[in-house]
Parts: sequence; structure tokens; C-alpha cells
Amino acid sequence: MGGFEIIVEGFTRALQILFSGDQEILGITLLSLRVSLTATLLGAAFGIPLGFWVARKDFHGKSVVTAVINTLMGLPPVVVGLVVYLFLSSSGPLGFLRLLYTPEAMIIAQMILTFPIICGITISSILSLSPKLKDTLASLSAPHLWEARVLLNESKLGLITAIIAAFGAAISEVGAIMMVGGNLLGYTRALTTAIMLYTNMGEFATAIALGIILLLIAFSVNLFLTYLQMRSRVRRTT
Amino acid sequence: MSFLECRAVSKSYDGKHALKGVTFEIKDGDLLSVVGPSGSGKTTLLRIIDGLEKADSGEVLLKGKTIFGEPFPHRKMIGMVFQNPVLFNTTVFNNIAYSLKFRGEEGETIKKRMDGMLRLLRLHDLRGRNALTLSGGEAQRVALARSLVYDPDLLLLDEPTANLDPYNVSIIEEVLQRSNRERGTTVIVVTHNIFQAKRLARKVAFLLEGELVEFGDSTAFFESPRDPRTLSFIRGEMVY
Repeated sequence: MGGFEIIVEGFTRALQILFSGDQEILGITLLSLRVSLTATLLGAAFGIPLGFWVARKDFHGKSVVTAVINTLMGLPPVVVGLVVYLFLSSSGPLGFLRLLYTPEAMIIAQMILTFPIICGITISSILSLSPKLKDTLASLSAPHLWEARVLLNESKLGLITAIIAAFGAAISEVGAIMMVGGNLLGYTRALTTAIMLYTNMGEFATAIALGIILLLIAFSVNLFLTYLQMRSRVRRTT
Repeated sequence: MSFLECRAVSKSYDGKHALKGVTFEIKDGDLLSVVGPSGSGKTTLLRIIDGLEKADSGEVLLKGKTIFGEPFPHRKMIGMVFQNPVLFNTTVFNNIAYSLKFRGEEGETIKKRMDGMLRLLRLHDLRGRNALTLSGGEAQRVALARSLVYDPDLLLLDEPTANLDPYNVSIIEEVLQRSNRERGTTVIVVTHNIFQAKRLARKVAFLLEGELVEFGDSTAFFESPRDPRTLSFIRGEMVY
């Protein structure tokens, strides 16, 4: 069978899977969503406050810290997987937690990937705000918490971009979750690791079908986030 | 005791003097207009009084206490309106109400004060509009409202009506005069419009290249200036 026929069969198989309600595929899809969305939310929970702090605070070595965060935005997933594996393995410093080959380990690995992306984009979003905005807040005697709230609201467009980029990186990566999750059927098998497995087994049509489902999920989540982003932009310019 | 006192305030940027030993004082309830050509140090003076910048030397005393440039206790009594106001990406109502929320006000107090302020600046119909969609004049009225709503003791305005149409100029000038007359707000308005200074101020300060050339009562300033440079500026002969 040629490559084109495999892709066409993959589409047909994807449609069959989507409409048949295959429990195994449904489980894999839901796990992918749960892991990547949780990792993105946790990355945002740590990345946005740290990014805000780095951007707002003047301290010695700020440029170096920013450069490190920007470098970490390109972290190779397989390296993250290796480090998390070494930490969580039975002989590692966090081995007592018994998290290796669990969805939680996958979330930790993906959170390490999403965190610098969200943090880095938050820094540049806050830094690109007009200095006049900061003067205005100072002049109005805004307390720190209010200042943060207003500045983050003004950077909403950039923050949503950060979340879109982080979720995209998380849902599409395979190296990290393969190493720390182990691709166990019904427990840690995600869409990307399943695609790898079916490709290795020569079941290209199923792999293509899972790829299409992965793209549909990524598209749906991004469609929602882009809607929020556009709404923010339209409000600013109309 | 004077309400606001500037003692030998100097400031320079990259070796260029923005203010050279500026000294003057005003009383509670004064309406001072600071005039002078572009680049004469007017905005720098306002920013130092508002605590946004620190003077290189000299000091500013507000009710007898020094202003250092960092957030200081008196800042909550000061309102500042910038030449090109930056409004927040939210409704007109929130833009103004934030000033009250920053000061811990809530509920009925906010509602009561907001009603009065929206009416005073004729912003009632715009209360639900996103502030970023306003015209220049409307935006400047919102900026004035958010600085007046908490009833500051001192209101600083940096060219508040530059490039505005006569309708908005008249509203802003009327509100400034009413606040000064009825609430006793001390007002310092920076302008390069000599006619506006004449209309509004009871005292006038003339800055030229960072130096306070003349300071005095409005009538004396316009009718019998002591310094020939002031006369030249008033007559519009000064090229800048």
C-alpha cells in the first residue's frame, strides 16, 4: 500500500473511530487532554507570577535570568523526560514518591516544558506595556495586588498566546511522557505515544487516525483560546 | 505654613538641566498655572511633585513633609492628569472606580461618588463603554474624573487640554475651577497656552530652560511682569 492510500485509509479509520465510540481510543484521548491541560494550567500557575515578578522587579542579573528562561522555552522534551525519569526512578531522590509510570509523572514532565514557555512570554508581555501605564498606576496609588491585576489584564493578549503556545507544546510532545509514563495501555498511553507505538507496529492507518484526532483536539482547544484572544483584541481596537 | 513648597529643586537628564534650583510656594486652595515653552521643565516639575521622579537636589514639601520620589504617604492626597492619559482596557465606570477601590472604598461609597463624578464630567452615557474606544476629549475627561473622584487635596495637570476641541476644553476648565472653588482643591496646571493660564490661574509660574523666571499673582504676572523674558513670552515674541 502506498503512502497516499495509507493516509486516505487513516482518514476513513479516524471517522470510524470518532463515530464508533471506541472505548480504548476514548480513554487514550481523555488521558492526553487531562495530562496536557493540567500541565498547562500548572505551568501557568507558576509561570505567570514568576514572569510578572521578573518583569516588574529590578534586580542584579535580571538579563541573565530572562535569557535562561528564554533558553528553557526550547527545552527538548526527551531531555526533560530523562531528568524527570532519573529523579522519579526508584534510586532517584524522589523515588519514594512512586510516581514513575503514572499520569502524574507525565503531568510533571509536561509542566516543566510549559512553565518556561508561559513564563518567558509573560515577561515579554509585561515588559512591552507602556511605561506610562506604570506611571499612571503609581500616580493613582494602586496597591501591589491591584497593580498586578491591572497589568495582567492589560497583557491578556500575550498571556493567552503563552497558554496557546504551552498547550501546543504539551499536547504534541512524545519524548517526555514516553520516558516517564511508559505508554501503559489503559493507564499512561496518550495519543502521541500511541501513534509511535502503532507506527512501530506497522499499523499506519490507526496511527494516522490518532494523529487526526490529536489535531482535532488541539484545534478545538486553540479555537476556544483564540476566541478569547480575538475578543480581547477587538475590544482594544474598536 | 505653606501647602506646597519647592526648595531649590534641580534635576538633569544626561547632563542636561531640566530644572535649575526652582523655588516657590503655594497656599492651600491656590490655583497655579505653570507656563513656559516646550522643554522648559514643566512636566519634570509636576512629576517630581507627584513623586514619580526624584530631584537631584533640593526638596519638595507637602504640608511641611518631604516628598522623596518613592511612594509616600501624601501620594493618596494627590491626583495627576497626564497630557496623553493611559486608560485601562475596561469600562469607563471601572477606569474611574478603580481609584476608589485602590483606596479601599467599596459598595455605596463608590456608587455615590461615581454618580456625582460621571455627572460632573458628562460621562453618564459612556459609563459602559470600553475606555479604549473613546475619543481624545472623552478619554481626558475620564482621566480627570479618576483623579478627582477620591477628592484629592492637590490636583496636578500636565497640558490637560492640548489638542482638544473647544467643547472638551470648556468642560475641563469648568470642572477645574469648580473643584478649586467648591471643594478647595489646590490645583497646579501646566500649560503652554497663555490664554488658558490667564483664564484659570490665580498664580502663575514661568519656567524657561529649567529656570523659574517669574512667579506671582496672575494679574501682576500678565499686566506688569518684572522680567523682560516674561513680557516677551506673554506677547508671543518668544520663538520656541
